[in-house]
Amino acid sequence: MPTPRRPRPKKPELQTQVLVNTTTPSRSALPPHPASPASSTSPAPSLLWIANARIIDPAAQRDAAGEIFVKDGCFVDSLSAADKAAARKIDAGGLVACPGLIDIQVHLREPGQLHKETIGTGSRAAAAGGFTSVVCMANTTPPGDNPATIQLIHDAIKRDSVIRVYPTGCITVGMKGETLAPIGSLARAGVVAITDDGDCVQSNEIMRRACEYAKMFDLPLLDHCQDHALTAGAVMNEGEVSTRLGLRGWPNAAEDIIVARNIILSLYTGAHVHMQHLTSAYSVELLRAAKARGIRVTGEATPHHIALTDEALGGYNTNFKMNPPLRTEADRQALIAGLKDGTIDAIATDHAPHANYEKDREFDHAPFGILGLETSLPITLSVLHREAGMPLLEVIDLMTRRPAGVLKLHDGAGTLAAGAPADICLFAPDEKWRYETARGFSKSQNSPWDGQELTGRVHTTICAGKVVYDQGRITADAGRSE
Amino acid sequence: MSWMRRHLLTLEELSLDEIDQIHATAAAFKRSLTQGAERAAGSTGGEATSSSSQPLAEPADPAPAPLRGKRIVNLFLEPSTRTRMAFDMAAKRLGADVISLEGSASSTTKGETLRDTAENIQAMQADAIVIRHAAAGSPLYLSQILHIPIINAGDGAHEHPTQGLLDTFTMREHFAPEAGSLCPTLKGRRVVILGDILFSRVARSNIHALRKLGADVTIVGPATLVPHHFSALGVRVSHDLRHALADAEVVMLLRIQHERQSLSMFPSLGEYTGLFGLNKTRASWLHPDAIIMHPGPINRGVEIDSDLADGPHSVILNQVTNGIAIRMAVLHLCLGGQVLNEPAA
Repeated sequence: MPTPRRPRPKKPELQTQVLVNTTTPSRSALPPHPASPASSTSPAPSLLWIANARIIDPAAQRDAAGEIFVKDGCFVDSLSAADKAAARKIDAGGLVACPGLIDIQVHLREPGQLHKETIGTGSRAAAAGGFTSVVCMANTTPPGDNPATIQLIHDAIKRDSVIRVYPTGCITVGMKGETLAPIGSLARAGVVAITDDGDCVQSNEIMRRACEYAKMFDLPLLDHCQDHALTAGAVMNEGEVSTRLGLRGWPNAAEDIIVARNIILSLYTGAHVHMQHLTSAYSVELLRAAKARGIRVTGEATPHHIALTDEALGGYNTNFKMNPPLRTEADRQALIAGLKDGTIDAIATDHAPHANYEKDREFDHAPFGILGLETSLPITLSVLHREAGMPLLEVIDLMTRRPAGVLKLHDGAGTLAAGAPADICLFAPDEKWRYETARGFSKSQNSPWDGQELTGRVHTTICAGKVVYDQGRITADAGRSE
Repeated sequence: MSWMRRHLLTLEELSLDEIDQIHATAAAFKRSLTQGAERAAGSTGGEATSSSSQPLAEPADPAPAPLRGKRIVNLFLEPSTRTRMAFDMAAKRLGADVISLEGSASSTTKGETLRDTAENIQAMQADAIVIRHAAAGSPLYLSQILHIPIINAGDGAHEHPTQGLLDTFTMREHFAPEAGSLCPTLKGRRVVILGDILFSRVARSNIHALRKLGADVTIVGPATLVPHHFSALGVRVSHDLRHALADAEVVMLLRIQHERQSLSMFPSLGEYTGLFGLNKTRASWLHPDAIIMHPGPINRGVEIDSDLADGPHSVILNQVTNGIAIRMAVLHLCLGGQVLNEPAA
């Protein structure tokens, strides 16, 4: 007899498992929660007072004018008169103050692909986009399929990152889909999830075992849902536009089949499977039905998939080439509806930097992927808030509290609650500005929005009570790799 | 009206006027190509044309070598025999110097990017590049990088504009009321394209040209090779050969591209021939004066009965001859020449 609702596994579920160590020192390398490293060494308490802000805190359903107080890297309800006098005061001038944005899918290319991006440059791009926490994917060179590589990434984060970066590990060795990676050791090394990223596990047997195994450590599986046999050689959405352009099509069915597979395996094993960057209308429908049944599945959508369609590919511009591809208007509308009704849990960028010379090629031969971190907020606001009419608070929820909840990043993540780490984004929702990749913080420039006027601008990003980005400049002193 | 384009990238972007200009110019070149026998025949039949067809004025023969001193590079990064030879002959007839570079001989095999290869060719002071490439959109990409004319000789499954131009030119000759003239329009003409449409750049270029010329186009073949998405291009999609061929005035066969079909697109060549091969019985369903076309290379006995390919309805070799005239016209116009045989307003 099927039991639709499965209890959340308690942590730790398997006390006898030697590898299981749920008291991992810190899942995010920077800064160890709740205090930042600076505060432990610095004698003076860090005090911050943000006045005159429109405070949006989705966790508290709060959207009102007010003040924010920070002491020792965490939010506090108030400051004493003496603390106020000593505090750094920021007059927000009516800007929105919300929890620091959270992106659960970025590619920071370190180790091994440092010509595209590094943890240093990627974290700066994130800070410039209002992000204080990002989850980096494991498809590095070498891939994150062993604890040593994860440690290397942690070291780079500690050394170079200006915000929190959470690594993920691989599901299978070398992301080849054949042998399970040492998932327990990866959990102990501090990964927040496992994923084979662009190399979706094709074998249902391997995926089933990965689900069972990862569940022991309460690690979610992040899946890029793509059936390979249906998408051999595919470079864009299959449909009228691919027909006109003579490009090999990637049908929605190839996503729908894997989404359905993952839902079935989640139901069967009780593991949490998260569907990365959903693009297909029917996949949204599948996810909606699965959630209604209480199956432990979640999903995300990217700013580009909700803003653009395959019609944008008419000029064979490789800055519109990404995987999964841009779909049709009907799919775009289904994604928006899924975000509005809660079916889709988060906006994630799939920030995928590539060097100019790599993108400057025949369309068939250019790599998949575009930048996302520095444009995510304005694009998402444009689509969900201004076009689709979602209240600002609900849009911010999709970029803060809810992604934090999908991966259970840290206590209080994505909120402004007292005691939570003081991660804040200050932005002007209606301010127009011109985005130019040449002046951006990413090492790469592959954005479809290069040179365009965007609406909604991040002014200041604060991580653990420290201003890391302010008015166009990175102000954090952490990390000098670049 | 004068020709304004430097590149020929697609037929999708050409206007009907531009197609007319190329066809009119090609008609003039064709006469110069076939002078001798055909000119003699033409002079007895009289070159005066009826008012319903475009007059091809008598003194329009082009200068003998308008491209003398020009250097044209045939950059063929995908195998081709007919198209490369046709461009080669066309350019030489116009007096140009031609350098042909094939995929295996070029630096792309050593890892050089297309941009670098093309910029090197331009730096060597080439006057135009004719490009054949397996990646759709490559000619557009080159046109955005270089300042010399780019002629698309086939890009992936996207377009093969000179093929579409020569095929529609061949149809306009066929439907012309008098030999030596071109039918002003293909309005209402029932054209069937049969075979591997999905992977065919020839089909796409023909569809664009035929729609602009007013033809009524049906594409037919197995559902795996003739997907319904094509209806967005303004054509009828059919999998019923009998229905599609009934009373058609033109049937254009496309080669089954074995080399691209490692993917299981149909069970076997035998089954394909059984269901969709053109044989005598099926040819009898066509309009009595219908023409049979094929861009080549032909798989005799697969998509077409060998006898039909050689039979009285076949215009396959005329297509080849027209291919020279069309490429002469395209090179002439894109390298700055004037439209010849200005069509009547």
